[in-house]
Amino acid sequence: MTTPLIEIRSAPHVQGPKSVETIMRHVVYSLLPICAFYVFQYGISALASIAVVTAACLLAERFFVGTGTQAGRLSDYSAVITGLLLALTLPPGFPLWMGAVAGLVAIALGKALFGGIGFNVFNPALVGRAFVQAAFPTAIATYTPSFLAGRFTEFIPSSLAWPLMVPADAAAWLKAKNLDALAGATPLAKWKFDGVVANAIDLLTSISGNMAVGPAPVLILLCGAYLALRRFMDWRIPLAIIGSAALTAWLLYAFDALRYPNPFFMLFSGGLILGAVYMATDMATSPVTPKGMWVYGALIGLLTVVIRYYSGLPEGVMYAILIANAASPLIEKVTQPVPFGRGVLDRARKRATYPLNPGYISREEASAVTPKKRFLPNKPKK
Amino acid sequence: MNPNAARTWDEFMEGIWHQNPVFVMVLGMCPTLAVTVSVVNALSMGLATLFVLVCSCGLVSLMRNITPKEVRIAVYIVIIATFVTVVDYAIQAISLKLYDALGAFIQLIVVNCIILGRAEAHAAKNPPLPAMINAAGMGIGFTIGLLALGVVREVLGAGTLLGVPLFGASFQPWVIMVLPPGGFFVLGAWLLFFSWLARRKLRKQQAKLVEATQNA
Repeated sequence: MTTPLIEIRSAPHVQGPKSVETIMRHVVYSLLPICAFYVFQYGISALASIAVVTAACLLAERFFVGTGTQAGRLSDYSAVITGLLLALTLPPGFPLWMGAVAGLVAIALGKALFGGIGFNVFNPALVGRAFVQAAFPTAIATYTPSFLAGRFTEFIPSSLAWPLMVPADAAAWLKAKNLDALAGATPLAKWKFDGVVANAIDLLTSISGNMAVGPAPVLILLCGAYLALRRFMDWRIPLAIIGSAALTAWLLYAFDALRYPNPFFMLFSGGLILGAVYMATDMATSPVTPKGMWVYGALIGLLTVVIRYYSGLPEGVMYAILIANAASPLIEKVTQPVPFGRGVLDRARKRATYPLNPGYISREEASAVTPKKRFLPNKPKK
Repeated sequence: MNPNAARTWDEFMEGIWHQNPVFVMVLGMCPTLAVTVSVVNALSMGLATLFVLVCSCGLVSLMRNITPKEVRIAVYIVIIATFVTVVDYAIQAISLKLYDALGAFIQLIVVNCIILGRAEAHAAKNPPLPAMINAAGMGIGFTIGLLALGVVREVLGAGTLLGVPLFGASFQPWVIMVLPPGGFFVLGAWLLFFSWLARRKLRKQQAKLVEATQNA
């Protein structure tokens, strides 16, 4: 007879099948259709942009993991997500060298500086984007129309700028193609500077009308629904963001329909859906408490609409998410759930003592008497 | 070299390397971040500070035995302010453009903590010559620190070095580098670099020590 082996170790004894790597891999899977659609919209420029930005992120990750200054592994797919998301938020004709700078900064400043995966305070992709937004404000605002003829054989000229050099003028290139410069403006910029409100259904599918938009919101929502159903992402945050943005926009629309666009335009234009589904739900930078998620999402939705309406920038999702990232430790602190066994309205009695003796614990004996709760006398007031 | 000269040389190098005001002591951050947009600004700010530092430390040291302890800070401030006024008028006379670029930061040298710190910690306790040598080391260290920031910020932010274009006409300036955030990023990167150097040196020393004990 063999002696039974007893293994003594501390909890947790049962582990779920989900690891960080599994979750990240599935997020990458769900991003692939979106990237494919983006390439379908903008052709090889978009493909090159996605490849270069992701490669830059992986390179930076490889360096910082290799020097031992950053937690995590290269194979946990988190840098791939950062790269793909960053590429999706940049204009398709964004110069490739600037994209590489954005990718390096995203990992170095957004992630490695804080200690790697799980320690970052801000979403790394948005840190990278905020840096290039501040460094190259004209290049990041230069969009080109989608579904141009010959997009699979010809680069957008600004993509292929030499490193450190000014990209080629996209407006002149569009003129050569018999398109006016306004065709390259995003729907949000058109609304902000020219007062033109695009059709919400067109924005939702983003297929018709050569609009200068990112991937279709409806596709992003479908991919997000897959993630939420597989429990790789919490559904509360996107719902809270979309709900709060819609509510704020609708209130303003009801107040003055001429000055403010309709709420559907607000929801489906710009990067709101992409930000709500993929950026705000980053696990390391969002609150973990369910109540906190609602507060966090509501804050992002509100800030997005406020920034879009009342600031000089047409788009506000990035800064809204970064501000909410900064607020999320506080949100987490004030939304701690009530411990099990205590009602919401019960307040813990101060200075109460519950004596713990055997008679109190085992009530099965007939002779056992439940001791009365004893309270220490209040301290005499001085 | 006699031991006295070696000590003086050490005191001089102290400010440039081991106790560099910008990279080791992280003092005087206000002018460091504000005026390092270009190399010319950084250099002139550094030289102005160097001049004030050396002159005021010399004078403080000369007066160290007749300065009443209770009013010493006031005395230092008056001495420093005298030399700052000299520098202020000198820069105004040399180049009005530079004077406008540096703005209030020339006058603010009066309250620069590097100068007050040197006066209090070193000049008030030492004879004039060592005090001035130590002050010169600190001033040169500060100038090097400002130049290190200024070079990176000017090259990336404007594509020029000392006003000479480096990359031709079609250079894409990094707007962020001439903005305050760029100053913080570049300063952080330099601090990272110097702390990496210091750590590497420490590791080497430890390895040498371990080797020595094993051999013995």
